[in-house]
Amino acid sequence: MRRFLPRIALLALASVPMWLHDPYLLNAFITTGIFIVAAMSLNLLLGYTGQLSLGHVAFFGIGAYTSALVSLGFDVELIGGFRVIHERWPVWLGFIMAILVSGVCGYIVGKLSFRVRGAYFVIVTISFAEVVRLVALNWVELTQGPLALTSIPPMALGLPGLGEFEFFSKQANFYLVLGVAALSYVIISRLVNSRIGRAMVALKENESLAVSVGIDVTRYLVLAAVISAGIAGAAGSLYAHYLKIIDPDVFLFLYTVTMVIMVITGGKGTLAGPIVGGLIFGFIPVAARSFATPEIQWIVYGLFMIVIVFVLPQGIVPAIEKWFSVGEKPRVPGPADANMQDAR
Amino acid sequence: MTEFFQHMINMVILGSTYALLGIGLTLIFGIMRVVNFAHGELYAFGAYFLYFVAVLLGFDFFLSLLISIAAGCILGALIEVLLLRPMRGADIDTTMLIMIGAMIVMQNTEQYVWGGVAKSVSTPFPETPLVIGSFSVSWLRLFVFFAALVLIAAAYFLIHRTKLGKAMRATFQDRDTASLMGVNIQAIYMATFAIGSSLAAAAGALLGPVYVISPQMGNIASLKAFAIVILGGLGSIGGATVGGFILAFSEEMGAGYISSGYRDAMGFLLIIAVLLFKPTGLFARSERIG
Repeated sequence: MRRFLPRIALLALASVPMWLHDPYLLNAFITTGIFIVAAMSLNLLLGYTGQLSLGHVAFFGIGAYTSALVSLGFDVELIGGFRVIHERWPVWLGFIMAILVSGVCGYIVGKLSFRVRGAYFVIVTISFAEVVRLVALNWVELTQGPLALTSIPPMALGLPGLGEFEFFSKQANFYLVLGVAALSYVIISRLVNSRIGRAMVALKENESLAVSVGIDVTRYLVLAAVISAGIAGAAGSLYAHYLKIIDPDVFLFLYTVTMVIMVITGGKGTLAGPIVGGLIFGFIPVAARSFATPEIQWIVYGLFMIVIVFVLPQGIVPAIEKWFSVGEKPRVPGPADANMQDAR
Repeated sequence: MTEFFQHMINMVILGSTYALLGIGLTLIFGIMRVVNFAHGELYAFGAYFLYFVAVLLGFDFFLSLLISIAAGCILGALIEVLLLRPMRGADIDTTMLIMIGAMIVMQNTEQYVWGGVAKSVSTPFPETPLVIGSFSVSWLRLFVFFAALVLIAAAYFLIHRTKLGKAMRATFQDRDTASLMGVNIQAIYMATFAIGSSLAAAAGALLGPVYVISPQMGNIASLKAFAIVILGGLGSIGGATVGGFILAFSEEMGAGYISSGYRDAMGFLLIIAVLLFKPTGLFARSERIG
């Protein structure tokens, strides 16, 4: 049963646009989906390697800006009068560039910041995100600064022989986000169930022990950072082409906090955690919009976060799993079970 | 040259309040091992409380300052008892998440209660600045500078010359041994958080009238405080004081000679540079990072 759960969930979600026609709710599904992709990428670092990266929104924002700029074109003058002119490229190339550029940034940040751990790592990552935000705010020639990049084209896919398909409607965007989310899920689940994933978990549990058995800690951490940043960049790209406008506020610390809340609430280090947490926090604003101002919603978010850490420090998904496994007889773990252990 | 000295004057005044922020955080971080994300919100709380007491209740400005500092102290003690005490012994990431939650709640409560419009507080100081030669400095800023110096000296005295300070230093060095020697660790933690919070509130109450008071002011203050602590090395009051001035210096220089838009980026670049090249802080002692 458990093996088929992700597929059943995917089918159930794929049916949503067929019976749900309310544009507001569809919009909530799409933005929630984008944030779930970002939260899944954060979970790879936070849940599997145990590194609390609070600058994750930087990769999301870099992906958004890269994708927007590649598909809009730009013309900037660098120091020394060196001009860079970029013509418009197809949008799907922007999406790929977003993943690549974010991944490269993840590599650089990972290489530099994994020299330190714990609180210091957290602070380096936040500082990085803030520096990127200030660059986006002040490099007006490239990013338009606070005026925002506008009229970003919708995502488009060139199919050979069939012309170009534009993801313009909400339905099309829904399936696009669902597709990217499913792909990210598969990539992350393959990764964490592989040798690499076990190495990551090993160094989360006990770094010195992991080193002593020959795990190259920095290499695995940087690898996780690159993949995580690349997926976050993909989410950022979807965000830019869906909203069609992007401003430096996309780098706000609050977005990182949103991702962290989603991961922690759902259950860090579980594949389903960010999805469950993401759906909860994506739809709290929908349920609360009639009677609560944004401030009240954020206060509820903050309290929720504190309560979760106090009451369910492992998150919702592990708690549910535990609840369901109480009635089961203890068995000798077979190979299939070993896999599931890893997935947790 | 005149411009440079004017920047220096600004730097000294800004640096003194940054030092207050940094000392508060370095005590909390060093002794309790808590990454206090709510530090900037306590700073904003100090400023708003000053506005509340001085403007809305109409109290005397100087009395209002003292009341705001006391309020910061009480709020800090409450946060410690309610949120941190039950989580004693939890790892650093867990308490960090709790403090992020507290930060979000506090910031949005401010936004909700006071609205998004910035508030300003008028002071009893004359509007005309003090002019010496070709330099000018407002009386308010001068007062802020001296008040901050007095508070820094008081914090230094508290840590190095009183019995409480001795117990705090002992806890910083070795919690278990201090506990065995009869130091009440719970009380020390509460006192540390309360003192750190009151210093942050003092910085906010002093800078509030200089600038304007807005719900976003705490946002960047936390990160600046971290920059100062990292510059100065963990748990060192002297280091935090110097770190405050270094941050103010680099911000003034960055804003004055590079671009005012990158003023706040200076602190972050300093953090990144220090952590990458000298992670124990500029004035390293035996502290080693985890």
